[in-house]
Amino acid sequence: MAGTTGDAGTRRDFLYVASGAMGAVGVAAVAWPLIDQMNPSAAALALGTSEIDIASIQPGQQIVFKHRGLPLFVRRRTPAEIESARAVDVNSLPDPLARNAALPDNAPATDASRAARPEWLVLIGVCTHLGCTPAVSTPQQPQGEYGGWLCHCHGSAYDTAGRIRKGPAPTNLAVPAYTFMSDTRIKVG
Amino acid sequence: MSGPSTYNPKSGIEKWIDSRLPLPRLMHDTMSTFPTPRNLNIWYTFGGILTFCLAVQIVTGIVLAMHYVASANLAFGSVEAIMRDVNYGWLIRYVHANGASMFFLAVYIHMFRGLYYGSYKAPRELIWIIGVLIYLLMTATAFFGYVLPWGQMSFWGATVITNMFSAVPVVGQAIATWLWGDFAVGDATLNRFFSLHYLLPFIIAGVVGLHIWALHVPGNNNPLGIDVKSPQDTLPFHPYYTVKDAFYLVCFVILFAGFVFYEPDFFGNPDNYQPANPLVTPPEIVPEWYLLPFYAMLRSVPDKLLGVIVMAGAILTLVFIPWLDTSRVRSCRFRPLMKQFFWAFTVVCVILGYCGAQSVEATAFGIPLVWVARIATLYYFAYFWLIMPIVGLIETPKKLPASIAQSVLGDSAAKPAE
Repeated sequence: MAGTTGDAGTRRDFLYVASGAMGAVGVAAVAWPLIDQMNPSAAALALGTSEIDIASIQPGQQIVFKHRGLPLFVRRRTPAEIESARAVDVNSLPDPLARNAALPDNAPATDASRAARPEWLVLIGVCTHLGCTPAVSTPQQPQGEYGGWLCHCHGSAYDTAGRIRKGPAPTNLAVPAYTFMSDTRIKVG
Repeated sequence: MSGPSTYNPKSGIEKWIDSRLPLPRLMHDTMSTFPTPRNLNIWYTFGGILTFCLAVQIVTGIVLAMHYVASANLAFGSVEAIMRDVNYGWLIRYVHANGASMFFLAVYIHMFRGLYYGSYKAPRELIWIIGVLIYLLMTATAFFGYVLPWGQMSFWGATVITNMFSAVPVVGQAIATWLWGDFAVGDATLNRFFSLHYLLPFIIAGVVGLHIWALHVPGNNNPLGIDVKSPQDTLPFHPYYTVKDAFYLVCFVILFAGFVFYEPDFFGNPDNYQPANPLVTPPEIVPEWYLLPFYAMLRSVPDKLLGVIVMAGAILTLVFIPWLDTSRVRSCRFRPLMKQFFWAFTVVCVILGYCGAQSVEATAFGIPLVWVARIATLYYFAYFWLIMPIVGLIETPKKLPASIAQSVLGDSAAKPAE
């Protein structure tokens, strides 16, 4: 057969492999839309920002807002809560990183890098274990040993800076990007 | 499905069909004359009961889908409308909801029976593995179904289970987002779960076909765990086992109806009668009872990724049982040592289920339940990976009977009578 070149295979072999390869590419090209359709659509990706009025929040109180479909914790901390968060050695924490969207990824989890203004702690209220909303600790109704939050689903306890201290959650509660528009209004996102 | 056929078409129509589509022949050979060990006991009737359960779920499910609306805003209300407005909607939904629990009750009995009598051992390894696959499909289907009413437990159960995928290193969060179709469980998630909940039962039906096909090659195992040696050891499936299966099916349906008509919310969680609220997690999240042992394992590990690995490993382990059991004797009836470990294993599974139902900080007799769950989890894995291989080697089994017929009928009757 013309075009046969010894061990390199025949023209028929080439056509066989090339057809198979094209077929595989075709299957992958058809499969991708069927897989990718499950990802968030452009509408879901077009995330909004939320402006939140925090004037009504009293010291020691937390209010939960909804931001991008997720709970957003805004907690006005008491001086004692701020003090207890500052007293912790960052290197002794299970997760020593700030997890603050406004800071570099390697920022340490000091209280200052968790809360831009010490009195105000703004967090995504999603437990980093399996996504439950942790319950907030108050002097009347403590939740966990660290004065912050306790997730009742699987027992993760967070401190007054929202840092993981005990339990299965791998990382600190996330701090979203936010700015103070005035002393009583913040813009999240 | 295998072996020589005994079908003998008589009328012209039967012959005409048989030579074109031998479906009557298939039915005849698998359901009528199929030789079945004569000593099968009550625990062998659960295969038929499970087929019944699958049929009930599919029929009631198709009807419910005619009234259900898969939308985050409308789903809860549409389920309430089924309960209050749709003619007999309350009955159909309660049958479907309790049917899921009955299905799992039956499948657990079926699985423990297989474990006790060594039904996974050669030459039935593939029957067992296909069975594990069916069980996996069942848990997925049940999970999707539990999300549909869009109550508090639906929503937070979906959140917790889908977040497990975020434990996968590097791509975990992307997988979770892909499953949700959003940045949290929401409308998109509910719609796809409904689609999959409708699809999977038909996949299960197909895999059940494979399960039965594989069963009909070596035939049934039996409580003695010895092979069928002569036609005397067997009875035709019909009428002997069709009648036996039917009798126990009726008993099972009485229990089923008891729950549906007298305690329809027995297996349910009151929190699921509250519409889903993405901002408030209920104080206690518990899965349905049939997943509690695995949930207890997840919670007993204080690390996210390891917890998920342990939980997935607990189910995956089942696939390897045919090769982990080193004993040459199938049935625990002749395995005095393994029998004790088996019953301990059964108790451990119940203990795990109990632990999974309690809060994370609960104690029993002053012992934190999380430690009880840890020890129980350890036993669960040790049972398959250590006890099964070791006991199989060191144990001296009791003497096996010469044949099924001899064991059932006694020495004299077992001799060929003709």
